Amino acid sequence: MTAPTATTTAVSSGGAGAWATGRRLLRLLRPFTWRMIAAVAATCAFVALNVSAPKLLGDATDVVVEGVFGGTFNEQKLGALLLVVAVMYLGASAFSWVQGAVTATAVQRVSYRLRAAVEDKLARLPSAHFDEQRRGDVLSRATNDVDNISQALNQLLNQLILSVLMLLGSLSMMLWLSPILAVIALVTVPFSTVVTVLVARKSQAHFSEQWSTTGELNAHLEEYITGHEVLKAFGRQGLATETFTNSNDRLFRTSARAQYVSGAVQPLLVFVSNLNYIAVAVVGALQVIAGAMTIGGVQAFIQFSRLFSQPIGQIGGMVTLIQSCIASAERVFALLDAAEIPADASALPADGAGQHATADTRTSGAVAAGGRVVFDAVTFGYGGGSPVVRDVSFTAEPGQTVAIVGHTGAGKTTMVNLLMRFYELDSGRITIDGTDITERSRDELRSMIGMVLQDAWVFTGSIRENIEYGRPGASEAEVLAAAEATLVDHFVRSLPDGYATVLGNDGDTLSQGQRQLITIARAHLAGRSILVLDEATSSVDTRTEVQIRQAMQRLRHGRTSFVIAHRLSTVRDADLILVMDHGRIVEQGNHHQLLSAKGHYSRLYDAQFAGGEESLRAAESGL
Amino acid sequence: MLRGMMMRLLAAHKPAVLAIVVLQFVQTTANLFLPTLNASVIDDGIVKGNTDLILRLGGWMAAIAAVQVAAALAAGYFSANVAMKLGRQLRQELFAKVQSLSSQEVGTFGVTSLVTRATNDVQQIQALAVLVFTMLVAAPAMGIGGIVLALNQDVVLSGIVVAIVPVLVLIMYVIVRRLVPLYRQGQVLIDRISRVLREQIIGANVIRAFVRQAHEARRFAVVNRELTRNNLQSALMVAGMLPLIMIVVNLSSVAVVWFGGHRIQAGDMQLGSLTAFIAYILQILIAIMMAMYVLMTAPRAAVCAERIQAVLDTSPAIADPPISRAGLPPGRRTPGGTVEFRDVTFAYPGAEAPVLEGISFTASPGTTTAIIGSTGSGKSTLLNLLPRFLDATSGDILIGGHNVRSLPLHFLRDSLSLVPQRAYLFSGTVAGNLRIAAPHASDADLLRALRAAQAEDFVRELPHGLHSAVSQGGTNFSGGQRQRLCIARALLRDAPVYLFDDSLSALDYATDARLRQALAPLTRRSTVIIVAERIATILDAGLILVLDQGRLVAQGTHTELMRTSTVYQEIAASQLALGGRL
Repeated sequence: MTAPTATTTAVSSGGAGAWATGRRLLRLLRPFTWRMIAAVAATCAFVALNVSAPKLLGDATDVVVEGVFGGTFNEQKLGALLLVVAVMYLGASAFSWVQGAVTATAVQRVSYRLRAAVEDKLARLPSAHFDEQRRGDVLSRATNDVDNISQALNQLLNQLILSVLMLLGSLSMMLWLSPILAVIALVTVPFSTVVTVLVARKSQAHFSEQWSTTGELNAHLEEYITGHEVLKAFGRQGLATETFTNSNDRLFRTSARAQYVSGAVQPLLVFVSNLNYIAVAVVGALQVIAGAMTIGGVQAFIQFSRLFSQPIGQIGGMVTLIQSCIASAERVFALLDAAEIPADASALPADGAGQHATADTRTSGAVAAGGRVVFDAVTFGYGGGSPVVRDVSFTAEPGQTVAIVGHTGAGKTTMVNLLMRFYELDSGRITIDGTDITERSRDELRSMIGMVLQDAWVFTGSIRENIEYGRPGASEAEVLAAAEATLVDHFVRSLPDGYATVLGNDGDTLSQGQRQLITIARAHLAGRSILVLDEATSSVDTRTEVQIRQAMQRLRHGRTSFVIAHRLSTVRDADLILVMDHGRIVEQGNHHQLLSAKGHYSRLYDAQFAGGEESLRAAESGL
Repeated sequence: MLRGMMMRLLAAHKPAVLAIVVLQFVQTTANLFLPTLNASVIDDGIVKGNTDLILRLGGWMAAIAAVQVAAALAAGYFSANVAMKLGRQLRQELFAKVQSLSSQEVGTFGVTSLVTRATNDVQQIQALAVLVFTMLVAAPAMGIGGIVLALNQDVVLSGIVVAIVPVLVLIMYVIVRRLVPLYRQGQVLIDRISRVLREQIIGANVIRAFVRQAHEARRFAVVNRELTRNNLQSALMVAGMLPLIMIVVNLSSVAVVWFGGHRIQAGDMQLGSLTAFIAYILQILIAIMMAMYVLMTAPRAAVCAERIQAVLDTSPAIADPPISRAGLPPGRRTPGGTVEFRDVTFAYPGAEAPVLEGISFTASPGTTTAIIGSTGSGKSTLLNLLPRFLDATSGDILIGGHNVRSLPLHFLRDSLSLVPQRAYLFSGTVAGNLRIAAPHASDADLLRALRAAQAEDFVRELPHGLHSAVSQGGTNFSGGQRQRLCIARALLRDAPVYLFDDSLSALDYATDARLRQALAPLTRRSTVIIVAERIATILDAGLILVLDQGRLVAQGTHTELMRTSTVYQEIAASQLALGGRL
């Protein structure tokens, strides 16, 4: 993602990478082969009509001339000829329209597929990817880059065919008129090519940088706007402005350069063709004096050589358009090529659509019995770094509640991440009902587990949709029951639009606690056989928590549950308590066993729980 | 809107724009001059058999070609420079404006829409500027030149030219009028595409946990299809524009031959004029096609200008007071941190019920004021009124004896140090995040703050300590670690008022207790206001405010409230129940 290295590789590997990207871009058009053939055919017809119509118009002029010199003005013949010309022009326009429409349709479908591919890819990227890459940059690839590709492709496909046809047409006309002068005209081709290649070498790097800087700027903006309250609170808008201004300046410099360098192609090619024009005029004139050619021949030739150089100029201009397009395509493809979650071991291929379809049907399935979860010598470290979970082994029997306690950062949430297979183990194994979790597809595994995370995620949509997310297609009554059990109903009733209230903007119309309640309702409705609650109620007030406690207990009943919480009650009632310290399980057992062991847990218990409770009781006795 | 914006932005670049016009004029003229010289090659060179003259004229032509390319390159340089400067300035203005907007105002636009406006929308305007500069001189010169020459040849026949111009204008008008709403919708759809993707990235784990990838793919496909349909519609309309214009112009050349032929028969017109006339009509056509490139980009750019201007025109509801520093205490922040709420009510605009109603209390320096109450009772809202993230609907809020609305925002916010409920960290390093609160803090200062926030241990254990990487939003840290980093950040600032918005929720009791102990000496002279769920956290608070459904139902110390407030008793009872005692 670092701009400088990307730039240097773009320069050094120059052609090769760009060609590969270009070919890949063309492959995207393959499904539209027939349409493209139709577009080429329409263009040919357009060019043919457009070139021959003036010839007939000339014939019409001759009829007029005949009238002047011959004395007989054949008005009918003139009318008939002009009618044919008019029809030809109408036809030319119709073909031009067909070509434009066919191309536009193909290009828009390609853009659709590119965006869909990006979205599909996001679903298959490992969680670690999101830790490394900034959101705004990914978004820029899906919007700005795809938009750029689409605009460039549209212009390219429309003009390239036309320019090539014009080039071939005028070249054959010149060869027919005078082979010698045609050779002079052809001399411009290598010159033009050299000029274009020289410029293109320079501009490629600028285009790459332009689009990567656009991504960077997008990332800054997304991040600063998301966190704007923090910046305001600390009066540090200046800091953000400084970083932003730096990127903005770089974007200015790089896009001005890209624009300037690529814009130079056309004038330079015009210069080459002007020199050629001058050469033709001078050589032609000398030829006339030598008696080798007529004035009319030279005149006609000049006209065709201009016709010839015009498309060369256009094609040169298009080369830079192609580069900009390829720079964007490289960014989109880089995202699409990012390492994916390793394929599932099960029969299901890691192919987007197929997997989705099967997974969704399974989601609505009833609660499966069982849920014996075994961690066997599990070790894991983020990004292959030092382990945050070391050699962890324990067994959770079906229906048991397992509490994970320990200091913040002891590796509690990581255990959840591993069970959910958001990350893959470095060593050891986790089994559910005897089956290694890697032997199931991830979706199958996750369909067994209901999860509530501390960061309550709600999406743009109604409250009802947000709850129903846990079990698509749930009936109104089921959603309502889940909402009532988790006290969501309580505050939703006071909202003017009730369950239809749309949550926007990361759900900031609700309080953090209310968002947490919604995510609990979501898991409640989902009703999976294994439950994971990671600080699920940290921002919910205790009166509300007491009221949803029964619901939570009911929810845990008969399900294997993993609970990370500070609340004593949850921990005390757990069938198995895992005491974690620096990634290791230092003790395990139930509350009484661990207390009587007088070890880690009892110290933790005294320090963590008893303190608060005692002061409460002391306060109460002070009544 | 677009024109106004361009004029305003270009005003600063008058010399460059002038240079572009002159250079384009030079290069267009030079280009037209070459055929004239070519004519002399034929007339004076070939006819008279003067080889020297032919070579000399050839030399002149080469010189003119050189001038032409130089002028074109220079014009290209200035065009690129000015166009991209416009873009840079628009982005800068947008960013500055967004920073002055309140959360509600940011919410009205949406994060992704603001980002799109600053990148994609600005790009469209840049692209238009480049085209305008390129076509600025050439297109009108060729078009007008063509018309003048046509008039010069035959006034009557020029009626055809006069007739096609309004037809062409009409065609463009009709198409552009339909394009504008399409483009407007298109930019909104780009916003929506980004929004869905952004949500998918933020919620990736939840989506996967509930195996809803297919649902998300469908949700995205709906927007994607809409965007594709929209783009296709506008692309088809643009594709239809060129053939329509060609028909009009080409048919007019047919008409020229028909009417011209009759006029020649009648002896009203010269034969040569006919051929010339067709050439001029072609020239007009080329000019129109050049103008069309501009016109095809213009509607989208106009829509983008509209969207950008909408942001720039938003006057932030919460802004600096229009007064000078007169009457302000010296220094950068208030000397005293007494916080006073006088009958404060807050309601979201258009909402039926207020979030907060009739809140009055005083929090004094050296004391801790705690706010407790049920989920959604308005605790965070109350805290957000102090730094003026929100403005009270009625009532007064005073800090150090000054109404918060009378203080410049930077002054007010410098007087506060906030730990937000959502522990948000920026991508970068741990040290970089901490220095947001105090840019000049030394590493030792940072470690001291981390120690007080009970975060020193885990930061020291990180591979690069203070300089370890933080990913966007702080996702590579656990919830409790993030909260403590945010606390450390707040502690780095020696502020008269500290605000903790439910900032200890992810901490265990022991850490919570140690943290409060470490906090005490640091905040001894300051006013501390703390939103909490746990009574244990606020037991020693000098003043506890009990909020219920937006009203202050009780205030006092823990002991007082345990005696007098049923709501507080319920809260206490609930915590004992959760502790397993009642």
